[in-house]
Amino acid sequence: MQQYSGFGLLKHSLSHHENWQRVWRNPTPKKKYDVIIVGGGGHGLATAYYLAKEHNITNVAVIEKGYLGGGNTARNTTIVRSNYLWDEAAHLYEHAMKLWEGLSQDLNYNVMFSQRGCLNLGHTLQDMRDIERRVNANRLNGIDGEVLDAKQVNEIVPILDCSSNARYPVMGASWQPRAGVARHDAVAWGFARGADMRGVDLIQQTEVVDFIIEDGTVVGVKTDRYGDIKADRVGCVTAGHSGVMAAKAGFELPLESHPLQALVSEPIKPILDTVVMSNHVHGYASQSDKGDLVIGAGIDGYTGYGQRGSYSTIEHTIQAIVEMFPIFSRVRMNRQWGGIVDTCPDACPIISETPVKNLFFNCGWGTGGFKATPGSGNVFAASLAKGEMHELAKPFSMFRFHNGALIDEHGAAGVAH
Amino acid sequence: MFLIYCPHCGEHREEEEFHNHGQAHIARPLDPDSCTDEEWGNYMFFRKNPKGLHHELWVHAAGCRKFFNVTRHTATYEIKEVYKIGEQPKVVE
Repeated sequence: MQQYSGFGLLKHSLSHHENWQRVWRNPTPKKKYDVIIVGGGGHGLATAYYLAKEHNITNVAVIEKGYLGGGNTARNTTIVRSNYLWDEAAHLYEHAMKLWEGLSQDLNYNVMFSQRGCLNLGHTLQDMRDIERRVNANRLNGIDGEVLDAKQVNEIVPILDCSSNARYPVMGASWQPRAGVARHDAVAWGFARGADMRGVDLIQQTEVVDFIIEDGTVVGVKTDRYGDIKADRVGCVTAGHSGVMAAKAGFELPLESHPLQALVSEPIKPILDTVVMSNHVHGYASQSDKGDLVIGAGIDGYTGYGQRGSYSTIEHTIQAIVEMFPIFSRVRMNRQWGGIVDTCPDACPIISETPVKNLFFNCGWGTGGFKATPGSGNVFAASLAKGEMHELAKPFSMFRFHNGALIDEHGAAGVAH
Repeated sequence: MFLIYCPHCGEHREEEEFHNHGQAHIARPLDPDSCTDEEWGNYMFFRKNPKGLHHELWVHAAGCRKFFNVTRHTATYEIKEVYKIGEQPKVVE
């Protein structure tokens, strides 16, 4: 597999960029694999990549019913941060953040990770108390964070309405300078390329229709295009459809799938060089390198798999954005879409063994999975390689809903569930 | 945006007047103290979450504030039936 470099770019320019190798193969699956990963989104591909790279397990297939990175990886608002309150979650997301910081070099693929900082605004006294608490907790966990007052916030984002005229005046914010955004598609493609060059088979347009379970142990999967494929271990990373997959394996998960929407504006000149989030008025925005404003909304209140959102939710979000940024009131919106997020009662993921032996689930990331992509893949790969959960993943067992050890991250999750 | 028929008001109203409370027909254990952790956890948190027909609980929050059940398809959002609390669904697959 060819390495990408500036020199390579120059070399290929001489042949009008017509001789680049394909980025990954399109193989026919073998009869048996050491590990099968169901779901070829960012988390699944990252899992395959780290299995091959760090655990030397290359007899791996990723089975994807659509195309790689075509689900929530393609639909999120690309925000990366690690300012979570509780130790368990903070360690997991910070693990991801550290991987993000070297990811482009590691993958030899530019994921356009831009650490432009993230503001979580506070509009009430209680917001500010929660922000103090969260920032202090972050700093004790070695995660960067600062509490800013309204004046300091306004210095970072001059177009933000921090005046007392606002319906919900900005009182301050938490600020994580190392947070930022990344190019979502590049993340999936980079991991896919890295996994493929190490021998992982990426099987697209193939749906896993059932698990093959013998005596309570998974021994393979049934697919619609290639029949049965055997595997020693199966990792299921299917985000919004995890409940559907769990039902096939014969158990329930503490998940409900909801549509979550996002929208982008027409491209405009650079105006917002950081990420601004507000839990209180409920909207968040950043500006992509292309110039469009990337705006996120809350989830729809009902369970749904429709991959479209309700109009009332968009309306609330736009109200919040215009409230925060009056200057955006006449910006026209270009596209709006929805993805299906699997929300957990405690707003934390499930990275877990299941009632079926050798079947592992990585799901429940809800509204904030993108930021964790490398960390999630990294700890899930370690768990699949050893057959027991990675130290950072242990607190995220699905059985925490039986023993009561929930990790309540509704405050830091940033999107109302 | 979809319209929901409130069986108490006898009218179709906009989705925004209503609030969804998730899966219906979840019976609270009669004697919670005798439940195992697993039984209680299953009752509290574990859900069917199907892609297809879903029997779910709604409340007419900005209306009569009464609860009722709905059978809805979770991919098409088509409402198959609306029935009162205590009744059983007629549409099952």
